Amino acid sequence: MRTCRSLRLCASPATSWADSLRILATIVVIAWATMRAPPVHADRLAGAALAQKGSKAVPACMVCHGANGEGQTASGFPRLAGQPEAYLLKQLQAFAGGQRKNPQMAPIAGALDARQMRDAAEYYASLPGWQPHGQTPSASPQYELGRRLSTAGNWSKEVPACFACHGPGGAGVPPHFPALAGQPSAYTRRQMKAWQTAGRTNDPQGLMKSVAEKMTDAEFDAVSLYLENPSLDGKGK
Amino acid sequence: MNMSHRLKHWFESQKQTRKFHPTWIALGVVATLAVAGIIWIPAELVSKAEAPPVPTAHPPPPATGNKGMRPADMPTVIEQTPSPATLRGAKTIRVDFSPPADDAMPTDEFGDAVRFGKSIFTDTQTYARGYVGNKLNCVNCHLDAGRKPDSAPLWAAYVMYPAYRDKNKHVNSYEERLAGCFRFSMNGKAPAPDSKEMIALISYSYWLARGAPTGIELKGRGYPKLPDPPQPPDAARGKRVFEANCALCHGADGQGTAMNGRYVFPPLWGNHSFNGGAGMSQIKNAAAFIHANMPLGKGNTLSAQEAWDVAQFMNSHPRPPDPRLAKSS
Ligand code: HEC
Ligand code: HEC
Repeated sequence: MRTCRSLRLCASPATSWADSLRILATIVVIAWATMRAPPVHADRLAGAALAQKGSKAVPACMVCHGANGEGQTASGFPRLAGQPEAYLLKQLQAFAGGQRKNPQMAPIAGALDARQMRDAAEYYASLPGWQPHGQTPSASPQYELGRRLSTAGNWSKEVPACFACHGPGGAGVPPHFPALAGQPSAYTRRQMKAWQTAGRTNDPQGLMKSVAEKMTDAEFDAVSLYLENPSLDGKGK
Repeated sequence: MNMSHRLKHWFESQKQTRKFHPTWIALGVVATLAVAGIIWIPAELVSKAEAPPVPTAHPPPPATGNKGMRPADMPTVIEQTPSPATLRGAKTIRVDFSPPADDAMPTDEFGDAVRFGKSIFTDTQTYARGYVGNKLNCVNCHLDAGRKPDSAPLWAAYVMYPAYRDKNKHVNSYEERLAGCFRFSMNGKAPAPDSKEMIALISYSYWLARGAPTGIELKGRGYPKLPDPPQPPDAARGKRVFEANCALCHGADGQGTAMNGRYVFPPLWGNHSFNGGAGMSQIKNAAAFIHANMPLGKGNTLSAQEAWDVAQFMNSHPRPPDPRLAKSS
C-alpha cells in the first residue's frame, strides 16, 4: 500500500483497497441484516379482520372488547379504541410474556405472532377514543374523592394526579400513557390492584407500582368510579 | 523550630514593619469571644430551661372518614406560640405547618381573588398569558398548586418576605420575589404590583399561609439542600440518568409533550423553557428540585450523585439567555 501511494500509482489514495473492502463489507452486513428481519408493516385491515372475525387460533377481539373496541362496562372488559398504538402492542407482548398475568389474555396473546400483534394494535389505535357522553354522572362523596385524586392527587402521600401523566381529562398522552377516561371502573380497579400485588409489572420505571402501593382500596374504588365517566368540573347531579 | 518559636518570630517581624501592632489582633479576638460569650451563655441556659424549642412530629392526617385527604378545616401549626428562645434562632428553627384545604377557601370577593391566584399559578399560560415568554406554568416547579413541601411551596415563602436577596442586592418585597419568577423562570415580564394578577397571586399565597408564624422558616420551604456529590457533577453520566429516568415523560430531546397546545410534560431546555437567569438554571437548585421531586411521584429515589449529574446534563443545553446579560451587552 505504502509503495502504491508514494509512487502515485493509485488513482486516489483515499480509496485504498482496504477502504473499498470495508465499504463492501458494510453493504453486505446491512443487506443481510435487512433481509433477516423484514420490517413488519402493520396492516390496519388485517387488524380489523382479526378484531371482527378472529383467526383459527384466536377468537375475535370484539367478542369481549365490543364491536368498536369500546369495552364492556358490566363485565369490566377494557376499552381499546383510541389507545396509543405503542401502548397496545406493549400490552399484548406483556400478556404473552407474563408481565401481565391474565388467564384470558395469556393464551390469546401467546397465539398471535409479532405481525398480528402490530396489526391489531394499529387497528384499535385508529378508532376514535372516548368522548364525554350526555349522561351526567351522579354526584357522590366517592365520585368527588375520585375527581380530587384524578385532578390533584394526594401529595400528602406523594400520589400525583392521574391527569398529571395521563393528560387533561385522562385522554392519554401517547406513546406511553394510555387514556383512562371511559374505562370500565371494574377494569381500572383490577389494574390498580394488580400493580399493588405485582400481578402487572410492565409499567415503565415502576411508576404505577409506586402509585398503587401508596393508595387504599377505597381510593381505588373512588378513582375507578370517577374515571368511568369523568366530568372535569365535578358537577354531577 | 517549634510552633511557639515560629509565632514569636512572626510577631517580632510584624512589630518591625510597624504597619500595625499584632497585639491588636489578639485583643480583637479576645474581645469578640468575650462579647459572644456574654450573649451566648445565658441564651443557652434560657433555651435549656424552656420547653423543647424544636417542634415534634406532625400528627398523621386522619386516615379514615375522608379517605386520607387532608381535613378541610383549619390549617395546623404544631408549634404552639414559638417561645422567645425559638425566635432568637429563627433562621434555623423549622416549624411544621400545613396549609388549609381548598374546600376552606372563602366564598366572598377575597375568595375570588384567591381562586384567581390559584388559576394563574396552575395555568399561567391561560390566566397570565401576556406575562409569560415560554411554555411553563408556575406549578411545574412548585408542585401541587404551590402546596407541596420541598418544592418551594407558597405558604412557606409568603411568611419570609420582605427579605434581602443576594441576587439583586436589596431588600425584596413578596411581589418582587414573584416578579423574579415571571422574569426568569417564565422568561416573561412581571405584572405590575397593583395589577389584578399580582394581587391574586399574593392573595392565594397569603391564604395558603393562614395561621403560619411570620418570619420563621417553615419546614418544607424551598428545595432541600443536597449534600455535595461524592464526585463532581458530570453531564455524560447525567445523560444516562436522563435516558433511564426522565426521557419517558420529558421526551428524548427534553422538549416535553404537549396535548392540544398545553404541555403535560414541560420542556427542560430550549426556547420554551426557563431562561439562563432562572434559579433552576443553577445546578444546585436544579439538583435539589430534581432529587426531592422527580421522577414525578417518585421523589427521593435518585441518589444525590444522580440528581447532580442529571441537573448538570439538563443545564448543559441551550435555553433563552439571562435578560440581565442581554441588556448590558
Ligand atoms: C422553572 C422552574 C420555575 C417556575 C416555572 C417558577 N418558579 Fe418560582 N422558583 C423556582 C426556583 C428554582 C426558586 C428558588 C427556590 C429556592 O431558592 O429554594 C423559586 C422560588 C419562588 C418563590 C420564593 C420561594 C421562597 O421560599 O422564597 C416564589 C414565591 C415563587 N418561586 C413563585 C413563582 C411563581 C408565582 C411562578 C409563576 C409565575 C413561578 N414561581 C414559576 C423555580 C420556578
Ligand atoms: C412520570 C413522568 C415524569 C418523569 C419520569 C420525570 N418528570 Fe419531570 N416533570 C413531570 C411533570 C408532570 C412535571 C410538571 C409538574 C407539574 O406541573 O405538576 C415535571 C417537571 C419537571 C421540572 C420543572 C419544569 C421544567 O420543565 O423545567 C424539571 C426540571 C424536571 N421535571 C426534571 C426531571 C428530571 C431531571 C427527571 C428525571 C430524573 C424527570 N423530570 C422525570 C413529569 C415527569
